[in-house]
Amino acid sequence: MTRRDNTIFALLGLTLVWILLWGTFSWANLLGGLGVAAVVLIAFPLPPVVFGGRLRPVALARFVGWFAYDLVLASVQVAALACRPGAPPHSAIIGVRLRVNTDLNLTLTAEALSLVPGSLILEVDRSLGVLYVHVLDVSDRAQAERFRRDVLALERRIVEAVGSPSEFLLVNQSESAGP
Amino acid sequence: MRALDVAASVCLIAGAAFSLAAGVALIRFPDILSRMHAATKPQVLGLLLVLLGCGLRFRNTVDITTLVLIGVFALTTAPVAAHMIGRVAYRSGEHRADLLVIDELADHQRR
Repeated sequence: MTRRDNTIFALLGLTLVWILLWGTFSWANLLGGLGVAAVVLIAFPLPPVVFGGRLRPVALARFVGWFAYDLVLASVQVAALACRPGAPPHSAIIGVRLRVNTDLNLTLTAEALSLVPGSLILEVDRSLGVLYVHVLDVSDRAQAERFRRDVLALERRIVEAVGSPSEFLLVNQSESAGP
Repeated sequence: MRALDVAASVCLIAGAAFSLAAGVALIRFPDILSRMHAATKPQVLGLLLVLLGCGLRFRNTVDITTLVLIGVFALTTAPVAAHMIGRVAYRSGEHRADLLVIDELADHQRR
């Protein structure tokens, strides 16, 4: 995807948001949305996001399904922890080195991670591609290692959904260790 | 349309329950990092369920498109807000280090 494709994509996305805000489709809304989107893109330029991958609908659907399941599971878990009497839950901060070190993959994985069981992103090491994650309700090292594998599995699902062919091979080849 | 109304009620009540749990967690969790967990997961799911309930009740496109937008923005902004607060809290030492079993970030920053 070139930089111009990115701009067109952003323009169409912002226009879609505008039409959704109005709630009805009309040519006036479409043209108004395009105008507003153009002004926004010119006034607030963003650093280019390199999207070198391709969309795989089946893998994307699988990611969305897992995500919804994880979100419900995470919410129930936190809710149960909140209502459990006794000592406050222990937690851990672990660093997970992602296999695909691109801005887009880091962002998507971090966003998805924050919403799924027990995890909160604290710090990102962009040069090494390491996410530092706060994990709730961890009492020993074995649980932390299990969580590290969960993070890498989540990354694999994201890359399978939107990654490029070479990234796809990378995540399916090896399980990398932590930093 | 009775079934849809029942489904809408279930969604609204479940959403409210998750929001309540998020509130309880905010009070009961020991430090700011744990509290940010409560501010992201049950809170977002609670909001999504309430939005779904409203959508099932209103059943017209003008309202539903707005509800979809609210959901999308909540899903994209809540993790970012939690990350920023968590990052600042950790850097300024506003967390309970005695509750951490492992802290690989401290090892990383010492290097």
